[in-house]
Amino acid sequence: MNTGTLRKILLFAFFSVLCLLILVPFYAVTIASFKPGEDLIRYGLNLRFDLSAMSLDNFVFLFTGEHAYFTWFFNSLLLTVVQVVLTLLVSATVAYGFSAYEFRGKNLLFVCVLLIMMVPFEILLLPLYTLTFNMGLMNSYSAIILPGVASAATIFFFRQYLRGIPKEMIAAGRVDGANEYAIYVRLILPVMKPSFAAMAILNGMNSWNNFLWPFMVLSDENKYTLPIGLKTLLTPYGNNYDLLIVGSFFSILPILALFLGFQKYFIDGMTAGAVKG
Amino acid sequence: MIKNFLYSQKVAPYVFVLPFVLVFIIFWVYPLLSSFGMSFQKVTLGQEASFIGADNYTKLMGDTIFFKAVRNSAVYMILTLLILIPFPMLFAVLINSKAMWGREFFKSSFFFPALTSVVVAGTIFRLMFGEMEGSLINSILGVFGVEPIKFLKGQTTGFIALVALASWRWMGVNMLYFLSGLKNIPDDYYEAASIDGASAFQRFTRITIPLLKPTTIYVLTISIYAGLAMFIESMMLWNGNNSPKNIGLTIVGYLYRQGIEKNNLGYAAAVGIVLLIITMVINLTQLAFSGMFKKEED
Repeated sequence: MNTGTLRKILLFAFFSVLCLLILVPFYAVTIASFKPGEDLIRYGLNLRFDLSAMSLDNFVFLFTGEHAYFTWFFNSLLLTVVQVVLTLLVSATVAYGFSAYEFRGKNLLFVCVLLIMMVPFEILLLPLYTLTFNMGLMNSYSAIILPGVASAATIFFFRQYLRGIPKEMIAAGRVDGANEYAIYVRLILPVMKPSFAAMAILNGMNSWNNFLWPFMVLSDENKYTLPIGLKTLLTPYGNNYDLLIVGSFFSILPILALFLGFQKYFIDGMTAGAVKG
Repeated sequence: MIKNFLYSQKVAPYVFVLPFVLVFIIFWVYPLLSSFGMSFQKVTLGQEASFIGADNYTKLMGDTIFFKAVRNSAVYMILTLLILIPFPMLFAVLINSKAMWGREFFKSSFFFPALTSVVVAGTIFRLMFGEMEGSLINSILGVFGVEPIKFLKGQTTGFIALVALASWRWMGVNMLYFLSGLKNIPDDYYEAASIDGASAFQRFTRITIPLLKPTTIYVLTISIYAGLAMFIESMMLWNGNNSPKNIGLTIVGYLYRQGIEKNNLGYAAAVGIVLLIITMVINLTQLAFSGMFKKEED
C-alpha cells in the first residue's frame, strides 16, 4: 500500500468520526421522537435504541391530537413565502439601482448597506418594539416582514451578481426605446433568475427559523410561528416533551428535504458574501 | 410631466434604491437615534418619558450584573473565534485535498446542523447536556467512569454546553466559507511551491493562509458580531433568561431583561448603545488591522 492510499484512508476515517459526532444529535432526537416523553424526563436525551419502548404514538398525536402545531406550521409557511417573495423583489430592485447607475450619494448609501451588515440587529429590538407598538402593528405579520424587506445581505449578493451583467444590455434596451423600468423588468429580472434561487432558499431558511423578533411581536397563539410555538411548549411549570420532540423533529424535515433537493443553491447563498468575485 | 420626470435616467436610480432608503431611515436610523435618546431618559412603556442625563450610563458602570453579562458575551465570542476559525479552515483544506473520498457527502452532513432553528437546536442540546446519568453526554462520560455532571448549573460546564452548541451549528457553514475561498487559489501556486521543495506545512502557511485572508476576515467579522449578540442560544439552554447566578446571561439577554421583562426601556437602551460601541470598536479595529480599508480604495 502506498502512502497516497494510506492518506486517503486516514482522511476518510477522520472525517467519518467527525461526521458521526455531528450527526449524533439528529440520531438522538429521531429516536426520542419514537419514545414517550416520560422516558426523556427520566433518562434525558440518549442514544438507547430499544424497540420495545418505541412506538408511533407521538406521531399519531402530532397528526391527530388537540394542539396548535399545524396552525403554527402553516403560519410559518405563509410568513416564509410572503417574506421571501417581498424581500427578493425589493432587494433585487435596490441592488439593480446600485449596480446599473452612477448617481449622487450612491457610495454613501452603499456604505449604509455594509453598515447594516455589521451592526447587531439586537440593539434595535427595543426602539423597534416601541415603534411597532406606537404604529399599532403589534401581533401583526407586517411588523415581522417590513424591517427586513430591504435585506442588506441580499442586496449585497444581488449587486455582486449583477456586476457580471454587461452594461451593453442596458444600453441596447435604451436604443430599442425601452424606459428604465421596462429594461429592469424585461431584460434584467429574467437574467437574475439563478441568483433568485440561491437567495430564496437562504432567506427562506432564515425566515423559517427566525425567532427573536417574531417572538417579541406576536402574542396571539393562533398567529405563532413554528419556533415560537415550540418554545411555548417549554414552560417553567412543566414541559410538553411528547409534542416538543416529535414537533422539533418534524420541523426539520421540510427544510432538510429542501436542502437535499437544492444543495447547490444553499451553498451559493451561504458563501456569496465571503468571497470577493 | 411627472411621468417624464420619473422616467428620466437621472431620477430612475433613486426610484430603484428608494425602498432601501425608506427601510434604512424607518427601521435603522430612526430606531438607532431613538435608542440613543432613550438611553438618556427614564422610559416606561405607556408613560411619559423623562430626561435624566447620563444617569443610565453611570448606573451601568456600577452594575455588576451588566459586567457579568459583558464578560460572558466576550468569553463566548473569544471561544467561538478560537474554535470556529482555525478548525473549519483546517478541515476545509483537508477535505479539499485531491485524494478525498466522499467529499460532497461530508460537506452536506457538516452543513445539516445549520438547518435547525435555534429553538430546536437549543432544546436538543439542553437535553443532551441534562444532569441525569442517562443523558447523552453524561452517559458517554459514564463509560469512562466520570460521575454525572450538572452541566447547566456551573459556569465552566455551562459554557462548554454553549460553545458545543455554537460549534455544532456553525462548523460546517464556516467550512463552506473556507472551501469557497480555497476555490479562488490557483493550483499552479501549489505546484510551483512543490517544485521548489516546499513541504505541505509550508504550503499551508505561505500560500493557503495568506490567500484565504479575505475569507478569514469575513468569517471573523460575522463571528464577532454573532458572538457579541448571542442571546437565544443561552435562553434555550437555560429554558429562559434566568440562569443560576446568571452564568448564561449575555449583553442582549440583559438588554432584554431590563427592557422587556422589567419595562426599564431607558436603561436597556443604554445597554444597547454600549453593545453597539463595543461591536463597532472591535470590528473596525479588526478591519483596520487586516488592511481591509486600504483594499477598498484600490
